[in-house]
Amino acid sequence: MNTTDVLFAGFGGHGMLLAGKLLAQAAVNRGLQVSWLPAYGAEMRGGTANVTVCMSGSRVASPYIEHPASLVVMNTPSLLKYGPKVKKGGLIVINTTLAREPWTREDCPVLSLPAGDMAREVGAWKSTNLVLLGAWAGYTGVLSRDAIVETIEEQFSMKHAVMNANVAAFDTGFRQGATARPAPGMANEVDSRTLDRGNAHLDHRTAR
Amino acid sequence: MTRVLMKGNEAIAEAAIRAGCLHFFGYPITPQNEIPEYFSRRLPQVGGEYVQTESEVATSNMIFGAAGVGVRVMTSSSSPGISLMSEGISYLAGADLPVVIVNMMRAGPGLAGILPSQSDYAHATRGTAHGDFELTVLAPSSVQEAVDLTILSFQIAERYRVPVMLLGDGMIGQMMEPVEFPELEVGPPLAADDWALTGCRGREPRLVSSLYLDPVELNDKNYERYRRYALIRDKETRFDTYNCDGPYDVLLTAFGVMARVCMSAIDELAKEGIRVGLFRPITLNPFPEDACRSAIARAKRVLDVEMNMGQMLVDIRLAARGSHDIDFIGKCGGLTPSVEDVVERVRVHLAAIRAEER
Repeated sequence: MNTTDVLFAGFGGHGMLLAGKLLAQAAVNRGLQVSWLPAYGAEMRGGTANVTVCMSGSRVASPYIEHPASLVVMNTPSLLKYGPKVKKGGLIVINTTLAREPWTREDCPVLSLPAGDMAREVGAWKSTNLVLLGAWAGYTGVLSRDAIVETIEEQFSMKHAVMNANVAAFDTGFRQGATARPAPGMANEVDSRTLDRGNAHLDHRTAR
Repeated sequence: MTRVLMKGNEAIAEAAIRAGCLHFFGYPITPQNEIPEYFSRRLPQVGGEYVQTESEVATSNMIFGAAGVGVRVMTSSSSPGISLMSEGISYLAGADLPVVIVNMMRAGPGLAGILPSQSDYAHATRGTAHGDFELTVLAPSSVQEAVDLTILSFQIAERYRVPVMLLGDGMIGQMMEPVEFPELEVGPPLAADDWALTGCRGREPRLVSSLYLDPVELNDKNYERYRRYALIRDKETRFDTYNCDGPYDVLLTAFGVMARVCMSAIDELAKEGIRVGLFRPITLNPFPEDACRSAIARAKRVLDVEMNMGQMLVDIRLAARGSHDIDFIGKCGGLTPSVEDVVERVRVHLAAIRAEER
C-alpha cells in the first residue's frame, strides 16, 4: 500500500497548516500525488486548526481521513480530540511542552518530545511546528531529510533568518525521531505500510 | 508541464484567467475568499478589471453588464451569496448571456455554517431562481478537475450562450493538490460579434434584455432556449465511473469530493474481494441519466452518498425509474460521511444480498 496520511493538529497560529504544507510540497517535489485538506474555525488565531496530508505513489482517493495513519499534535485539546482516532498501530507525535499530562495508547507507538523547549534550544522559538514535522519525518522515513529541508529552503528563500531557524528546528526534531525509530523487524503496522513497502516505493520515486 | 501545489480556489481563478477571463466582480464570503483575493492580485497584472462589489445583488447585475457588452466575465460566491444573486441569474439566463458562476458550497440553510457541504445541489440543478431556465452545472472532485472544468465552463457558456455554474463542495476550494495548467490560445468570447452591445454605429441597434411582454415572442424565446439545453444534454453530458468494468453487487453514487471517499471505501472492500462500483456525475445538470440507469441496472443494491439530506438522491431515483430502492448516507452541517461509514453500510447490503440468495 504505497499511500499514507498524517493529521497535524493544534490551535490557529501554531503553524500546523504550514508544517503540513511543507510536507505536501516536499512530496510534490518528489513526484508523489498529494492532498492537503485543512479544517479550522472562523478565528485566524486561537481556534482549532488542523490539516490532513495524504501522500501516494499512485493517486489519493479520499482526502478526508477519519482515522489517520499518523497524528502530530501541538497541544492537549488536539491530543484528547484526535489521539483516540488514530489507526491501530499508527504513530502519535506529541509536543510535551504544551501537552504536559501523561497520555498513551497501548496499541500505538507514541513519540513524546518537548518540541517547544527543543525549538528554543536551537534559537528558533517560533518553530515548534518544524521540530514536530522533523520528528515525524525522522521516525517514519516517508520522505528523506533532504527532501523536506530543500522545501523549507525554497519556501523561505526570501527570509534567511527564518529559513535557518526552521531548518535548525526541523533537524533537531528529525534526529530525535530517527533515534526513536524502531529497528527493522520490530515494525508496527504503520511502519510496514510507510517504511517497508510504502517507503521503499516512495524512496524509489525519490531517486528519479 | 510543471505541477504546482495550489488551493482549489486559487487554481480556479488562475484557470479562468488562462481561459481569457479578465473581468471579475464579487463580494466576500467564506469558504471561497481565495478566489476574489487571487483575482484582485492577478487581474491588474494582466490588464483585467477586478471590482469588489457592495453586495451580491450588485455582483449579479455587474456580470450582466459585462457579459452584455461581450467580455468574458465570472463571479464566485458561496451558498447564501448565490441565493442573493438568484434574481440576477434568472435575468442572465433570460438575456442569454454567457457567464461563469462558481458556488463553493457551505452548510445551510440560512446563514448556517462555514464548513464544506453539498447543500445546494437541488438549488443549482433546478435553476436557482424564477422562470423557465436551467443552469449547466459542473461538479469537480479534485483540484485538477476544478481547473479543467473551469475552462470547460467558459467554453460551454459561450458555445450555447448560457450561464454555467461550477459547483464545488467547500473542500474543493480549501484543499491543496498538485495541478497542471494547459496552455490555451484564447480570443474574445465566441460569437459575441453577433449579439453583444458594442456600439451600433454603422449597424442595426441591438437589445440585451429579459423583458418580453408579447406572450408569443416569450414562448418562442423559451422554446429556442430549451433547444439549446437539449443540445447541451446531447453533447456536453459527462460522468465518471470507478471499478465498474467487471461485475459488482453494490453501486455507489456520489459527486464531488464524496466520490473520492467512496473510491477509498471501494479500495478497502476490494482487499477482501468485495466488488463495488461507483457512478459519479460530472455534469449535475444535464444529469447523465442514461449512463446512471445502465450502471444501476447491473447492481443488486444502490447506495447514494452525499454531504446533504439527499438532494442528488432524487435524480438517482429518477434514473432508476423504480427498478431499485436507493439507500442513502448523508451528513450535513460541515460533517462528512467517512470511508468507514460507507464500508459499514455496504456490508449491511452484502449481508442482505447473501440472505436473499440462500
